[in-house]
Amino acid sequence: MTQTVFEPWNDPNEKPLIQFRGVTKRFGDFTAIDNQTFDIFEREFFALLGPSGCGKTTMMRMLAGFETPTEGTILLAGQDIAPIPPNKRAVNMMFQSYALFPHLSVWDNIAFGLKRDGMARDAIGDRVAEMLKLTRLEKFARRKPHQISGGQRQRVALARSLAKAPKLLLLDEPLGALDAKLRQDTQFELMDIQEKTGTTFVIVTHDQEEAMTVASRVAVMDHGQIIQADTPARIYETPNSVYVADFIGDVTIIEGTATRDGAGYRIDFAEGQPALYAETDIALTDGQRAYLAIRPEKVSITAEKPEDKRNALRGKILDIAYLGNLSTYHVELPKGQIVRAQTANTRRLSRRSFTWEDEVWLSWTDTAAVLLER
Amino acid sequence: MRRATLILVPYLWLLALFLVPFVIVLKISLSDTALAIPPYTPTLDFGAGWQGIRDFFSQLDLENFWFLSTDDLYWKAYLSSVKIAAIATFLTLLAGYPIAYGMANAPDHWRPTLMLLVILPFWTSFLIRVYSWMGILSGEGYLNQFLMWTGLISQPLTILNTPIAVYIGIVYTYLPFMILPIYAALERMDASLLEAAEDLGCSRFKAFWLITIPLSRNGIIAGCFLVFIPTIGEFVIPSLLGGSRTLMIGKVLWEEFFNNRDWPVASAVAVILLLILIVPIILFQRNEQKQREAEG
Repeated sequence: MTQTVFEPWNDPNEKPLIQFRGVTKRFGDFTAIDNQTFDIFEREFFALLGPSGCGKTTMMRMLAGFETPTEGTILLAGQDIAPIPPNKRAVNMMFQSYALFPHLSVWDNIAFGLKRDGMARDAIGDRVAEMLKLTRLEKFARRKPHQISGGQRQRVALARSLAKAPKLLLLDEPLGALDAKLRQDTQFELMDIQEKTGTTFVIVTHDQEEAMTVASRVAVMDHGQIIQADTPARIYETPNSVYVADFIGDVTIIEGTATRDGAGYRIDFAEGQPALYAETDIALTDGQRAYLAIRPEKVSITAEKPEDKRNALRGKILDIAYLGNLSTYHVELPKGQIVRAQTANTRRLSRRSFTWEDEVWLSWTDTAAVLLER
Repeated sequence: MRRATLILVPYLWLLALFLVPFVIVLKISLSDTALAIPPYTPTLDFGAGWQGIRDFFSQLDLENFWFLSTDDLYWKAYLSSVKIAAIATFLTLLAGYPIAYGMANAPDHWRPTLMLLVILPFWTSFLIRVYSWMGILSGEGYLNQFLMWTGLISQPLTILNTPIAVYIGIVYTYLPFMILPIYAALERMDASLLEAAEDLGCSRFKAFWLITIPLSRNGIIAGCFLVFIPTIGEFVIPSLLGGSRTLMIGKVLWEEFFNNRDWPVASAVAVILLLILIVPIILFQRNEQKQREAEG
């Protein structure tokens, strides 16, 4: 049995639902979005990820219609949406503050958009009931927003924005106000609802874990530009820049000069230290500055020098972060660089192999590290 | 114990400054007028002991209230006051809401200045401000001079000593009481609510009608009561701007007290006025309480 993989962005025949064509947005002198061109496909769960002020919210507000691009066009299903006001767009938004109408009941909040469309009474009742069921809010239909919990409010906001069956749903930091445990549960609920309704979701978030969990593709943004847009796995394993590698997850960056060697490059990073080696597809000139990004979980930590790995460094344990399931070792090299190594604590109450001030060997395979130009 | 003391303070305050004067006024309203100082009888004479107190109570009666109900001047004055207060409250709302709305939507750094402008008139004596309106509205006043200068009218308009002047005076005087509670309600409103309404298919106007108005409802109600309650008993504005034709109970009260020197009847008028006002005051209290509960 073959399973079709959901990867419309790799299919040249697929028509994107949303197309950004050279979109720039300026507020006075400040450029919030800098000449961006990219596509979002139908049924995608697309995450805009970045620190605050990177332009992700502006991107979303342009899709909702609250901002218009200074230059360029945004197409929704092939149609330029610039002249369409927010109240006429087949796009709905879930606000960060939820923006529930405090004077209306949960039921009336969800029915609000349907009533504006002049839908028949019975049809509104059916649709609201459907939404209440989808978000498991049946019991709270008559309550006012201030009479329900934060998690329930979040679900009301979701139900309200989904009620009109928009082509595109925008979610602005939808889980920001929830506590950690509830956030995790809600992430899966969101994915489930996205799958059930088949709606295209665009989510704005600054939480990389949230973006990685829910999204089919993640766009990492900085200073008004998308640095990299790809699947969570590719963003994590093959970042295209130090910025992305550093923003997503934990990473050690080693800077050095590259020299061609077989299928990859040799990296000399410090005097008196053995050279490192990484296989890569990118082409560098000999002697060019390059960055080696290595994830802690790909670094092995041993007492003896491993014979089978080309990348091996000796260092002293500076710090140990015990996280329960994992332990992260901060190992200091002779020249002062810190490399992080992570081990899974698979056995309970096992004797710790290493402790502070121990001399250890760090090693990784030829393909474990990612070589980056910038 | 501490709580009891805390509650006791406002109760004593109310007792001393509201209940005691009210009982005195109530007592006078049950007395008869007399050519004496004070101009009513009986007076309480503690020197005569129990007998004096019993005599005193036996002389009290409801005669003045009976008199009020037989002379239709008083009923007309009460009704006219309620009518004028209601219309004036509505006009104040029409003028005050847009101002409050503009203030709430003004840039942050402008708001303190605008707020100051709203309460600035309070720094001048109320009486002087009403007098200056006489100067503006009279036949040779600034308004008529200006209108004749622009050529809009050839004959001066008669505004002073008409109900229109009374409405102008009331709207002008009580405008801040309308603006401030509405502004407080609008300022608290989350701007994303309007964006959400628009996002869900509302036009700007519809969003204003369905979201802004209902959410400022408590402010509107509070503002209306704050204007309506003092306006019913208003006496300075109708006597200075309204002329002899404007009938308001506050003016009748003044005339009974100071022109006729009939303290018992004047007190009866005041007692009835208070009873009329208790209804809106209770409604106002209930609105405030509901608001607190909704926020709690």
